[in-house]
Amino acid sequence: MTFEHTEALLLDEHGELTIVELTECSGLTAEEVRELIDLGALVPTGRAGAEPTFPAACIAAVRTATRLRRDFEVDTRGLALALTLLERIEALEAELRSLSARLPRRPRLTP
Amino acid sequence: MKYKDYYAILGVARDAAADDIKKSYRKLARKYHPDVSKEKDAEEKFKEVAEAYETLKDPEKRAAYDRLGTYQPGQDFRPSSDWQHDFSGGQFSFDDLDLADLFAGLRGGGFHRAGGRRPDMPLPGEDFEVNVRITLEQSFHGTMLDLDLQIPEYDAQGRLRRVPSKFKARIPKGATDGQRLRLPGKGGKGVSGGRDGDLYLNITLAPHPLYRVSGHDLYVDLPLAPWEAVLGATVEIPTLGGPVRLKIKPGTHAGQQLRLAKRGLPKPREGEGDLYAIVQIAVPTVVHERERALYEQLARESAYDPRAHFQQETRT
Repeated sequence: MTFEHTEALLLDEHGELTIVELTECSGLTAEEVRELIDLGALVPTGRAGAEPTFPAACIAAVRTATRLRRDFEVDTRGLALALTLLERIEALEAELRSLSARLPRRPRLTP
Repeated sequence: MKYKDYYAILGVARDAAADDIKKSYRKLARKYHPDVSKEKDAEEKFKEVAEAYETLKDPEKRAAYDRLGTYQPGQDFRPSSDWQHDFSGGQFSFDDLDLADLFAGLRGGGFHRAGGRRPDMPLPGEDFEVNVRITLEQSFHGTMLDLDLQIPEYDAQGRLRRVPSKFKARIPKGATDGQRLRLPGKGGKGVSGGRDGDLYLNITLAPHPLYRVSGHDLYVDLPLAPWEAVLGATVEIPTLGGPVRLKIKPGTHAGQQLRLAKRGLPKPREGEGDLYAIVQIAVPTVVHERERALYEQLARESAYDPRAHFQQETRT
């Protein structure tokens, strides 16, 4: 039996995106992406001199940027700041999850 | 069509100035925006707030909304024929229309596709994001998810409609908490040759009664009886791939983490995380007479003092 399905693509550090692909999936302009790079909120992985590329995991950040710009009317510098802080929060939350995973639970009382 | 009180949602009076509406929106957005909020149901609440603001911030849409009249929130209503004449430029059924969709298509006295653009201009479909919760077992094996979504689409008259979209999506194994996935072309339909939008999935893992997750590593509590910890033992540990036997060395103490290499979640490209069994010393709450006698004998004969360091470390 066959049925149609769609493969979900993982967005992680292995996939690579160009600026054009990044603008397509975020709705930011190429200029805004460049500004975010200049402000340090997006870090391209490509070699120096070559056209910058980005890990696919970046998509989440630029999409968040697009939403924040739309819903809060923040400028690019505000976006860069928000992205940096959100990234830190995400890292801290991951750290917290991993620490709490290591904490033993209260032993179960068994007669 | 169900009525929504956009003024009440934004917490402003019906005659509020445009500035006050904006102020109130900004305050509520900060509180409920799903990217920054930890409030319960933040996403739902923000959607309501954004929908209300979308209409009330635009003087024309606000006027059209005001002319609908007032109803109880959730009350079924239809725009009057005057209203339809003035704003929608024609008669059509409002039964399966959502209030937000009505105003999304409204601009300058009639419905236009996506706000008055030239009809032949290609317009890419919208991207959407949904949160999906999967079980640890689904993450371990990979899974086929049944997705059942409502995707907004413009119809031939340029009105926004929600079209059900049902399909299966294969989630590769090893998708863990916070993992994002992309389903190309599964978002909104492109118009006039524009590309179809994408669908993004944000994965969260449902809590598991046994395992706790850190990235691709798993943690499980391993209760040992006091004698097992002292004498050593071989115990069976359940893993997502089936039970494995683990040798416990004599003298194992509580809190020790025993690593079972490659028994965690598979990593999407290659390799596997590890499973850590955290030792706990479990004691029986009920002991029978014979057991108690043995414990008492042990207490008399053992020279072991687990608190010897108390004295050493308080001696000054």
